[in-house]
Amino acid sequence: MTVSRFRTILYTVVAIVAVAGLADATFLSVQALTGETLSCGGSPDCFKVLGSSYAKVGGVPVALAGAFAYFCVFALATFAAFGYERARIFLILTIGAMFLATLWFLYVQAFLLHAYCRYCLLSAAITFLIAGLLIAAPPSQRRSGE
Amino acid sequence: MKRYLPFVIIVGVALGTFGSGAMLYRAKHPQLQAMPEEKALSGNSGAESMHIRGNPDAPVTMEEFGDFQCPPCGSFAAFAEQLLKEYDSRLRIVFRHFPLVAHEHAREASLAAEAAGLQGHFWEMYDVLYREQAAWSKAPNTRELFESYAGTIGLNVDQFKMDMDGEQAKARVDSDQARAESLGINVTPTIYINGQPVDPKDKNPEGVRAAINAALAGKPQA
Repeated sequence: MTVSRFRTILYTVVAIVAVAGLADATFLSVQALTGETLSCGGSPDCFKVLGSSYAKVGGVPVALAGAFAYFCVFALATFAAFGYERARIFLILTIGAMFLATLWFLYVQAFLLHAYCRYCLLSAAITFLIAGLLIAAPPSQRRSGE
Repeated sequence: MKRYLPFVIIVGVALGTFGSGAMLYRAKHPQLQAMPEEKALSGNSGAESMHIRGNPDAPVTMEEFGDFQCPPCGSFAAFAEQLLKEYDSRLRIVFRHFPLVAHEHAREASLAAEAAGLQGHFWEMYDVLYREQAAWSKAPNTRELFESYAGTIGLNVDQFKMDMDGEQAKARVDSDQARAESLGINVTPTIYINGQPVDPKDKNPEGVRAAINAALAGKPQA
């Protein structure tokens, strides 16, 4: 298998995994927008996390920002799979930012709220998986693929 | 064609996400029914069969469907007390049991409140249960804790123990639960003001106050 082919497959996998993250974050966004996170009706730990002050920034649910971030990852990975070199750089930057945000949210759940939301943990796992896949990607050989 | 393919895929996924998100929103947004005339509370009717706090003749009735093990219900209980002070004789609060299956000790707590109610101390037990929620929710000896609360608020503990297992307390809890289910309620707390449901998004101090003020002004809620 050529390096180019390997990279195409890898970015395609990243795009597919990002769709799973997008679905998870969309579900959490809907929960936040319907006000369900302010009620008891599901897992007690989930609403403890999603109903906390850490789940919103400036009145906007962080899940919504997460959905947008996963969509960006999906779009950038799709472009990268089609050989757009610049998309790979933006993809790494986006995932880097998401990785740091994920570390913060894991800290909040573990040490500040003492409760874990399973959908948030799934999102964390997806971000770590994508970061791992990008680390596995061989470095670029050319300056521009466009 | 290959040049446009990534754009087509991305737009397709964006539309798919937006569409499924919108469908999920519609499905998740609770379709609470306004209370039919015969179920709505007004004046003093049915006062003997429900737990009322505040002026029984108040023009505004806030009916709460709650679960003693639900933390947002605990927060809401503290806020409700504040509302009673603010609105004084213009507001009365009615509590209905809706113990969720997900909460292991919620039904037992409802039975404890009803057993206390049979000795005329429902609201005292209500206050203790919410105040001590964090303690009993995860305790292995919940029943013992409820009995100790009964002693603390001055109940006859032996009678309390019997009433907790009695048919009357169970019937009260079951009746409230059936009422909640008939109204399409599936989360707690769910709030009705003069028979009109408060939208889940408005289940915050500003939203609830606005709904009470609208009811006081005789305006229909949005």
